Amino acid sequence: MLRGVSKRIKSIKFALLSPDEIRKMSATKVITADTYDDDGFPIDMGLMDSHLGVIEPGLRCKTCGGKVDDCPGHFGHIDLAMPVIHVGYVKELKKLLMATCKNCGRLLLLDEEIRAYEREMDALDKIGGTKLDKKMMAKETARDAGKRQICPHCDTEQSKITLDKPTTFREDGHKLTPKEVRERLERIRDEDLRPMGINPDVARPEWMILTALLVPPVTVRPSITLESGDRSEDDLTHKLVDVLRINQRLRENRDAGAPQLIVEDLWELLQYHITTYFDNQTSGIPPARHRSGRPLKTLVQRLKGKEGRFRSNLSGKRVNFSARTVISPDPLLSINEVGVPVEAARELTIPLYVQAYNLEWVRELVKRGPVPEGNGYVPGVNYVIRQDGRRIRVTDKNAETVAETVDVGYVVERQLQEGDIVLFNRQPSLHRMSMMAHEVRIMSFKTFRFNLAVCPPYNADFDGDEMNLHVLQSEEARAEAKVLMRVQEHILSPRFGGPVIGAIHDHISGGFLMTHKDSKFNMEQSSRILSLVGDVKLPKPGIVEDGVEYWTGKQLFSLAIPDDLNMVFRASICQACDTCDKEDCDSDAYVKIVNGEIMSGTIDEKSIGAFNGKILDKIARNYGSDRARIFIDQATKFAIGAIMVRGFTTGIDDEDIPESEKMKIAEILQTAVDGVRTLVQAYKEGDLEQMPGRSLEETLEVEAMKKLGRARDDAGNHAGKHLGLENSAVIMARSGARGSMLNLSQMAGCVGQQAVRGERISRGYWSRTLPHFPKGDLGAEAKGFVKSCYKSGLTPTEYFFHSMGGREGLVDTAVRTSRSGYMQRRLINALEDLKVKEDRSVRNTADTIVQFKFGEDGIDPSRSVQGRAVDVDDILRDVLGAKKYATLPEERVVRKYGELEEGLEMTEEEAGKLGED
Amino acid sequence: MEHRLVPEHHLVLEKEEGKILNGLKVHKDQLPKIHRNDPCVQLLERKHGPIEEGRVIRIVRISETSGVSVAYRLVVGR
Ligand SMILES: [Mg+2]
Ligand SMILES: [Zn+2]
Ligand SMILES: [Zn+2]
Ligand SMILES: [Zn+2]
Repeated sequence: MLRGVSKRIKSIKFALLSPDEIRKMSATKVITADTYDDDGFPIDMGLMDSHLGVIEPGLRCKTCGGKVDDCPGHFGHIDLAMPVIHVGYVKELKKLLMATCKNCGRLLLLDEEIRAYEREMDALDKIGGTKLDKKMMAKETARDAGKRQICPHCDTEQSKITLDKPTTFREDGHKLTPKEVRERLERIRDEDLRPMGINPDVARPEWMILTALLVPPVTVRPSITLESGDRSEDDLTHKLVDVLRINQRLRENRDAGAPQLIVEDLWELLQYHITTYFDNQTSGIPPARHRSGRPLKTLVQRLKGKEGRFRSNLSGKRVNFSARTVISPDPLLSINEVGVPVEAARELTIPLYVQAYNLEWVRELVKRGPVPEGNGYVPGVNYVIRQDGRRIRVTDKNAETVAETVDVGYVVERQLQEGDIVLFNRQPSLHRMSMMAHEVRIMSFKTFRFNLAVCPPYNADFDGDEMNLHVLQSEEARAEAKVLMRVQEHILSPRFGGPVIGAIHDHISGGFLMTHKDSKFNMEQSSRILSLVGDVKLPKPGIVEDGVEYWTGKQLFSLAIPDDLNMVFRASICQACDTCDKEDCDSDAYVKIVNGEIMSGTIDEKSIGAFNGKILDKIARNYGSDRARIFIDQATKFAIGAIMVRGFTTGIDDEDIPESEKMKIAEILQTAVDGVRTLVQAYKEGDLEQMPGRSLEETLEVEAMKKLGRARDDAGNHAGKHLGLENSAVIMARSGARGSMLNLSQMAGCVGQQAVRGERISRGYWSRTLPHFPKGDLGAEAKGFVKSCYKSGLTPTEYFFHSMGGREGLVDTAVRTSRSGYMQRRLINALEDLKVKEDRSVRNTADTIVQFKFGEDGIDPSRSVQGRAVDVDDILRDVLGAKKYATLPEERVVRKYGELEEGLEMTEEEAGKLGED
Repeated sequence: MEHRLVPEHHLVLEKEEGKILNGLKVHKDQLPKIHRNDPCVQLLERKHGPIEEGRVIRIVRISETSGVSVAYRLVVGR
């Protein structure tokens, strides 16, 4: 299918169209504003003249003789009664007018200067200066020339040229008509143009003033016939009609010797129509409107912006074999799967190429028709494509007959079936994990469904999010997608070398409930949990109490862990005690896994969570993606099983604290508020000790903020004392499932200081924030300190300050996302065609080296250990054997993990950011 | 040039060039470029005499990821 000439484009030259060229390329002159005659045929020399191309089937082009599909369309032209300025060139026109003499048209520079600039331009050409370099140089020339007041060639004094946006030039206040401007430009000599960066061979400046207007082919502005039989013309045609009408009137009035005033008015009207024909959003003039009041879409509007030709039609296109619908969760699917509604599956097809070996089978398939009967979903066939390319729609009626005609060389479009590989995507597609390959599961109901562990890479939730699905159309594409794009191949992120797919929310709470301390499950509960997981056997009960058999949660969860896995780390709930009690840790935070058995510790975010799951990370790295997928599928199901057996809920009573503690918190806060009052007193009396490098006011602010911040923390701690691990909200916060202890202390203790731009709130009325406070009040309450907690509710003034702080947060995020989105776009556009070659070098499309080895070290971050090539721990374990490694002096192991955690800090920060969004 | 952010620049011997280019499987013009009037090249000129267009410069950097990384540049410019 190789077509066309394979030649390289060396350069593209842009030039101006001269009036002669316009007339030469024109297929017909357009003189009348009428389009069609009474019979509906295009009028000669009208805007729809058939010399300009054909849009109606059956008719032939009068220029090339082609029919609708053969004729590309041909340009025409309008001869303008009076010259008109082209809005696109006003900047250049102004530059030229200012840089040249009003009398003799020479560049306002000495001959030597002109030659010097010309030489520099030539030099720029020789060393391959870019367009930008030349532009800069031309600007310099113009600036220098514009400075001169008296022409060095004819000694005429120059007057000041101003531009009244968009298209009116004035000289010392009185108007220059386009005709006068054109005459001046005609006087500029060729040799004076080169130093201005203009090549006079292809772009004479007077061509920037239009005397003839090019009329685009009708194929560019087709008219539509409405159902009622009425014709509706394109916006461009409407605009050209206006131009023609005014042009006609202008010519008549001028020829009839009408008063100058009337001619000038019409001239200006013509200028307006031609300006808006080019750009209907030109600032300074009202946009031309349709009869309905809608602004017309003219040339610039067709190209510009998100909906413009470039971004909407050239950079992005719509595709077939795709589907879009709302997403919803299904924890029972594997992470590799996606649930597809039957309705979508019946529309989406995969081509089957009929060969001798599959002929019989395909015929059977076609015989089924588009909606086969049967148990559950049976894929049918929508289209049969013959050798000659004809498409035959398969219906229930013709299925039998069509099936018989199917032969070798036919293509049959089969409906989606279970196990097909499809691409699944959620916008914005910011990283490669935004589009992954899934295996299809056909399901009832109308949403796409997938495992919750895959939410983080897509950044998806189920509050109405929609996602796209694409069906691959060739064997190669399917094979490639399966190897490279399958979900399980993306568990480890190339961004930070940790897992992006993993447990979230209830998976983590569930893991905690299952494995914390000595939580145990009886026979029925254990069976329930295991029945969810499948493919695991119930081990011997770990505990027998009073003759009743129990299984510990650790014991059950260990079933998901590979038998030879050994590791030690601290869970999310770790309090970071000064001396760690290891296995005897009070909060059971010391996770020790020996030969795939959890000996101690709690499974929480640090074990299985997306972004931080260490077990997950290790399995994906050492056991491969298949094992990691199995682990995620099983671990999340264990967690869900456990949380369902135990039950889990949170409510406002999770933030209940005893009355005595409330009093204590109130007291702490009152003390702090009083403290601030004393500070303010001291400041007003001049007793406040100034901090080095700060003004007195700043010192007061810093001290007050410090005091109030500490009070809030104290209040939070007091409240937190009564919120233990038996509390669901605390379980979620401490295990890393959702929320933080700060959130809880704001609910139960005190919300704290509200800030705008990092300072206590200080805007509002004259010398006070709200009229509820005395003028000049610098106390805690008057400057936005919220003493209340969310649970007790905020006072009206507190509520107002809180809204101010909240608004700032919202504005920040809005600004941040749009800005970072734009930066990302620019970055991707700059990097998109770089490629890592077989020799590990990074090259562009010209095969020029950009980086000699990718990342300088040639290490794939998604296969590295936190960015490093090797994991010393792992090697130690391999060399020493599992047993010896497990009994290594603890300091060694602990120190090593400490180091690793340092490396993780950045990762956690990033994860936090992602979580916020 | 003593600043820690300026990496080491070395002039590659002409007889070495072939070997290096072969090793990288590139033509000379596929190398990244360095201007003849780059301060580092001018410094090298003080040591080696004038450096013609088309010579190759080796740059040795301390790299965050790999310790040391080596890159090559083709001398171009007016
Ligand atoms: Mg959402
Ligand atoms: Zn034609
Ligand atoms: Zn003059
Ligand atoms: Zn501990």
